[in-house]
Amino acid sequence: MFVLHATIMVPFILAFLIPLTKRFTRIHTGWSVLPFPAALFVYFLTKIPAIQAGEYILSTVSWIPSLGINISLVLDGLSLLFVLLITGMGALVVLYSIYYLNKRTEALHQFYIYLMMFMGAMLGVVLSDNLMVLYGFWELTSISSFLLIAFWHRREKSRYGALKSMLITVFGGLAMFAGFNLLYVMTGTFSIREIIGQVDMLTTQQLFIPAMLLILLGAFTKSAQFPFHIWLPDAMEAPTPVSAYLHSATMVKAGLYLVARLSPVFAGQAEWFWLVSLTGLITLIYGSFKAIKQTDLKAMLAYSTISQLGMIMCLLGLGSAAAFFPGTEDSLFYTMATTAAIFHLINHAIFKGSLFMVVGIVDHETNTRDLRKLGGLMSLMPVTFSIALIGTFSMAGLPPFNGFLSKEMFFTSVLNIREFDVLNTQSWMMMFAVVAWIASVFTFVYSMILVMKTFTGKLQLDKLDKKPHEAPLGLLISPVILASLAVIFGLFPNLLSYSLIEPAMASIHSGLLTPGDTFDVSIHFWHGWTSEIFMTLGVVGVGTLLFRGYKRFRLLDREWGGRVSLNRVYDGGLRLMERGSNQLTNLYMTGSNRNYLIYIFGFFIIALGSTMLGAEGITLGMNQYAPVSFYEVVVIIVMLLAAFVIPFAKSRVVSILFTGAVGYMVTLLFVIFRAPDLALTQMIVETVSVTLFLLCFKYLPKLKKQVTTRRVKLTNLIISIGVGVTMTLIALASLGSSPFEPISEFFIENSHDLAGGNNVVNVILVDFRGFDTLFEIMVLSIASLAIYGLIQLRLDPMEMESKL
Amino acid sequence: MELMMSLAVGVLFAIGVYLILSKTLLRIILGTSLLTHGVHLLLLTMAGLKTGAAPILDGQTEAYVDPLPQALILTSIVISFGVTAFFFVLAYRAYKTLGTDDIDSIEGDEQ
Repeated sequence: MFVLHATIMVPFILAFLIPLTKRFTRIHTGWSVLPFPAALFVYFLTKIPAIQAGEYILSTVSWIPSLGINISLVLDGLSLLFVLLITGMGALVVLYSIYYLNKRTEALHQFYIYLMMFMGAMLGVVLSDNLMVLYGFWELTSISSFLLIAFWHRREKSRYGALKSMLITVFGGLAMFAGFNLLYVMTGTFSIREIIGQVDMLTTQQLFIPAMLLILLGAFTKSAQFPFHIWLPDAMEAPTPVSAYLHSATMVKAGLYLVARLSPVFAGQAEWFWLVSLTGLITLIYGSFKAIKQTDLKAMLAYSTISQLGMIMCLLGLGSAAAFFPGTEDSLFYTMATTAAIFHLINHAIFKGSLFMVVGIVDHETNTRDLRKLGGLMSLMPVTFSIALIGTFSMAGLPPFNGFLSKEMFFTSVLNIREFDVLNTQSWMMMFAVVAWIASVFTFVYSMILVMKTFTGKLQLDKLDKKPHEAPLGLLISPVILASLAVIFGLFPNLLSYSLIEPAMASIHSGLLTPGDTFDVSIHFWHGWTSEIFMTLGVVGVGTLLFRGYKRFRLLDREWGGRVSLNRVYDGGLRLMERGSNQLTNLYMTGSNRNYLIYIFGFFIIALGSTMLGAEGITLGMNQYAPVSFYEVVVIIVMLLAAFVIPFAKSRVVSILFTGAVGYMVTLLFVIFRAPDLALTQMIVETVSVTLFLLCFKYLPKLKKQVTTRRVKLTNLIISIGVGVTMTLIALASLGSSPFEPISEFFIENSHDLAGGNNVVNVILVDFRGFDTLFEIMVLSIASLAIYGLIQLRLDPMEMESKL
Repeated sequence: MELMMSLAVGVLFAIGVYLILSKTLLRIILGTSLLTHGVHLLLLTMAGLKTGAAPILDGQTEAYVDPLPQALILTSIVISFGVTAFFFVLAYRAYKTLGTDDIDSIEGDEQ
């Protein structure tokens, strides 16, 4: 029942167990890892017949049922395609890494822990039916990718690349998270299947388009679409097996998976069609153009990956045109693009994986990936050369390899889209075909550069550290398998079309099928003298010319590419943000006490003042005032006069004494207003305070005349007057608007009967509200202990440091 | 009467704040003292200054002043005394250790 959950757990459990293999130092850790992805791959293979028959496997384990978040996993056509890619490529990459990474010099345990973490997370992404669980696994892929890119963390470039990919993919991930939440707000469920069931209701909602944009942002950043592609070339600092696995076959396809998975929700919207297909198209042409001018093999492959991902994205967008014609023949006409997308997705994983491995071998054998140093390796490394030849020809779209077929289907799709007249922009549709063709020419050129510059021409032994020779058998196994797959799928494409592509199509275009129906995908190796063939011939012809003459264009490329560098925008933006936030913080965090107090008091004045002005119903309650009497007025005037002296006092004695005078006037007011206990306490406290002040008087500094500018004084004055006015207004307003009678009658009536005391204030303090008094005593004792500590404890600063 | 008291409270607050904004530690402590007085008088005023007897029961008087604010103020006086005393000693120690009472020169290190 929960086998699907077990398949996700296997890599994670394995990641926990890998450290146990530390004892067996003789055996490469990879060997103990290898059986598991292979077993998973075989397990998923056995599911093909069931999925092909139109079934799907659904299993749920409850996690946070109260929030509707359950770990529900679905294995349908689309998921199956991806899990096979993930586990199959995973097994091959582990095998390759066993020979690639040295067991003595590398931190192998870390490597395989991260790799298994990634594999589990990736399986989780493609199997999850619950959006929140999907998001969780999605971020886990970002984190494990971050760890893998920075695997050689002593290199600065590795850390830079890891940080960059982290920032960009997590940015997109968070946007996607917001989009998922919007979907939840509209539908009330996190389950993708249930959301698809509510599509009719969804499309009219206001939040529908924002949700679409946010989710696409996540997909575009993860799949390195323009202009978020910049992290991918820098991620090439990772070990080559990582580049082959994460950054060509699996993780970068997570965005494509998301677009395909949510196609039933969003397809049929013009925004979706344009965004997905145009972003893909721009990425396609940009990536293929940039790839030509790279001199580093891995950078070239990175841009090539970007370009191919753009092509698949574009195809997914074009395929969404089918949703405009539900239930008609036209829809099947446009689903051709989706077929091409899925087919190319598989093909790309195959040939790009093998190419990365080839580059890794070349790097391994020559210690360089620089095209300017390489050349003439054909006779020294014949097997590697053959694999590279198959991979690049497949990438360039030449027969008889699988890339040829998907490229033909791509051309068919861009030609078909000219017929698409729903959006009234038929004339623009020609652009797809033109750009696609130019991009294919570029693709052809860089594919030729990749293989020809590395393997043909003159061998430059003087530039190489060591004499290259054929790689060991172990390194060659994985790329050989991949290359043979490229040939097999090229010659017998229908092996794939019935088993994998048709069920995947059924997942993406679930709305177009009547129950029990399946897509009839048949890919033919030869489809007659169609316009696609002539386009391919044109690509080869023009491409060959360009390849012959590209050195002449190279100078032109350099300048052109330097001006529009998105990396510069990224680096500059990052620096600007850092500097900006630093400056902003320095602007207000001055370290000066006075400034902070001004902020606090200023905010106090503005917040309270504006509330008082804005709020209605505040009355000053003039009619309830008690009559004014002579003594009170005199005492108040004396008190205020004493208070006024303090700021102007030149000496410390004067200021202390006048503060005391204010205190005694307050005592008098307490007397006048019939508060004997207060008067008593205030008098004693004032006396003790003034005594304390005067006792320490001779140890205190002399009051220096304050050297302050007039502006500072004026600010202080304005702030303090503002506070005073606000307080006065608050006092008056509260007097004028007391909504109910005080509860003091209770205390006066019951003080004698209940508590047996006649002094009501004292009874309140020790009986009715005795808790206040308890903790007030606590405050006093803490204060006295603290004072004792301050005076007695004289820790030497040096001594303190040593104790810390 | 409440109007006058409210004005007096406002003036006490204004002078207290003005002192707190100054540079010298002693002035700042004196400023907090004035603020405390202002708060106590405000508490007393806001309960209403209607005349009546002191809240000590004698069995004959009809009207007493409100006893609850008095209890609150009493608590507050003691607490603010504790805090002021602590502040004062703290200022004294700061002056002894750092050799200055200028609040602006007692800044943390710029990092």
